[in-house]
Amino acid sequence: MNLMEYQGKELFRRAGIPIPRSRHVTTADEAADFVAQNPGEWVVKAQVLMGGRGKAGKIKFATDAQSARTAASEIMATPMPPNRQNPNGEPINSLLLEEKLPIALEAYCAIAIDRTTKKPVVMVSKYGGMDIEEVAEEHPESIAKAFVDVAGGYWPFIGRELSFKADLDPGYRKALPGVIGGLYDLFFRYGAKLVEINPLALTQDGRVIASDAKVELDDDALYKNPEFKQWQTVLPLDEDETLATQAGLGIRNFRRFGGNVGTMANGAGLAMGTMDAVKNAGGSFANFLDVGGGANAERVRNCYELVMNHTGAKVFFINIFGGITRCDEVAKGIVEALRTTASRKVPLVIRLTGTNEDEGRRILADAGMTPVETMDEGAAEAVKLAGAAA
Amino acid sequence: MSIFLDKNTKIIVQGITGSEGSYHTGRMLAYGSNIVGGVTPGKGGRKSEHGLPVFDTVRDAVDATGATHTCIFVPPPFAADALFEAHDAGITFAVCITEGVPVHDVLRVVAATPNMRIIGPNCPGLISPGKSSIGIMPGHVFKEGNVGLISRSGTLTYEVVDLLTRAGFGQSTCVGIGGDPIIGTTFVDCLREFANDRQTEAVVVCGEIGGSDEEDAAAFIKAHMPQMPIVSFIGGRNAPPGKSLGHAGAIISGKFGTPQSKIEAFEAAGVPVADRPSQIPQLLAQRMPARV
Repeated sequence: MNLMEYQGKELFRRAGIPIPRSRHVTTADEAADFVAQNPGEWVVKAQVLMGGRGKAGKIKFATDAQSARTAASEIMATPMPPNRQNPNGEPINSLLLEEKLPIALEAYCAIAIDRTTKKPVVMVSKYGGMDIEEVAEEHPESIAKAFVDVAGGYWPFIGRELSFKADLDPGYRKALPGVIGGLYDLFFRYGAKLVEINPLALTQDGRVIASDAKVELDDDALYKNPEFKQWQTVLPLDEDETLATQAGLGIRNFRRFGGNVGTMANGAGLAMGTMDAVKNAGGSFANFLDVGGGANAERVRNCYELVMNHTGAKVFFINIFGGITRCDEVAKGIVEALRTTASRKVPLVIRLTGTNEDEGRRILADAGMTPVETMDEGAAEAVKLAGAAA
Repeated sequence: MSIFLDKNTKIIVQGITGSEGSYHTGRMLAYGSNIVGGVTPGKGGRKSEHGLPVFDTVRDAVDATGATHTCIFVPPPFAADALFEAHDAGITFAVCITEGVPVHDVLRVVAATPNMRIIGPNCPGLISPGKSSIGIMPGHVFKEGNVGLISRSGTLTYEVVDLLTRAGFGQSTCVGIGGDPIIGTTFVDCLREFANDRQTEAVVVCGEIGGSDEEDAAAFIKAHMPQMPIVSFIGGRNAPPGKSLGHAGAIISGKFGTPQSKIEAFEAAGVPVADRPSQIPQLLAQRMPARV
């Protein structure tokens, strides 16, 4: 679960990380009222999860009530425009008004989980304000890293060392160990997968302030912090995630693509493998769908309808390898789903192997369906049928 | 030999009376695994539905049975606790099937249990065909032999094993290491074991997009296992960047975790990368004769 900037900054505030004075608002009227009562220079920032707000014109400046109202209205008038990773764009439902900082320098500071060392990794670079992947590409030597021993935790020397290794401006030196300490506290306390300050501003009057906040919490740890359940409701699921949830699947279990071969498999690895197989057979897959374990009739029907109603699938390729999932249950599910669904009908290609496969095949045969033997054979058959139906 | 477990390995099941734990204990027993008991707090002194003794604590179970291995089927909030309890009781090998364990819990467990090898979490377990199985793998697709297999996925592993078995390649040990970002045992850990295992004459590495475990494996193979016939496969080659497909660990972010990077690393190590699972037996056969 990714947090919006204002939510991340609330966690920063709790952890003692310096943040600009700010107010979170949901309407242009509120924005105007706030600036009227708090004269000065303010930045008006759209609260969205997508990056690229500045380029999209979703960060503006205000010096009085009228300009605040105009900026807020203009920002909220249109959603964030789509990009490659967010083809649907993102609605803008709220704004953060923030004091305009007299920024002198911008650095980068983050904590993530390093898969190889299995430790939290602290990263600091003097090139703030740009995407860390760009920094990694253009100035790889500039990213100083420290791996934190989980048992010992974070100590200020780590921050001191990083400020030297990253060749930060001396103005950062005094504050950085404390800023990273706060970041580590919240990373640990809330079970975050990523906490990032980009940029970490050094102001002309010598203050070190977190000018932006990016926090990704571990969905699996949300039960430990029930308050975030409420925060989650303001974060929009994308359309695929919403559809997956409605079908009773996990949010990561379904994703649409442009092709005409609908797919369903059990297990993420096999589901990805099924997409790959369709591609290898010269076809194009309509979706990724991991049905999970225990594919009963209701689950299979939901998945079938999900793909039929929301993709351009001309054929449906079901690829099941039974481990926990029992083939006889899936077979019953398929037969029952097709008998009861109100969705459009397309040709089915079924591959069913593994636990209780003989029983599963018999159930399908009784219903007049013949499963194919292998994944490649199924993919080839599905691609052929999709082509014939086109 | 095989790696990590053989016929005599004594195994307990944490969560043996739960529905998953109970069902898979039955299947493991049917496969021939030497399961000597189980743990469910509050049900100590009873028998499981399979007639196995149930203990209140892992320590009681270890004291009474001499078990060294455990298989954990407990809900995600209790998984780290179960692993720490196993470690504290002297268990040296733990398989955590549970999916959805908080990643910070796993970080703490792996940092603080140096005397225990952990497989998973979020994994199907492991099997030494013909000898023993710990976890949820469907035993009938496996066949005893001399190919070692390591995989991040569950069902894709069964797919690959089925192809190997049909092509006459039996397996020494197959390890499903799990699909989470942080796991107890990596490809490299398994490769190190296979390199020293007399039964294992070839290895199949089934990776997927995300992380750099495959690149690490390739570097290890290049440095330490140049003579061993090894074939690899990368799942999710057609996945888009920025979206994780099912497995939390299977995500391409920026240049990190792309299939290209993994394929290049394996090829640089002299390890052929199969385009599709069905190509794996063929690539193996080019490097070693099949034994039917």
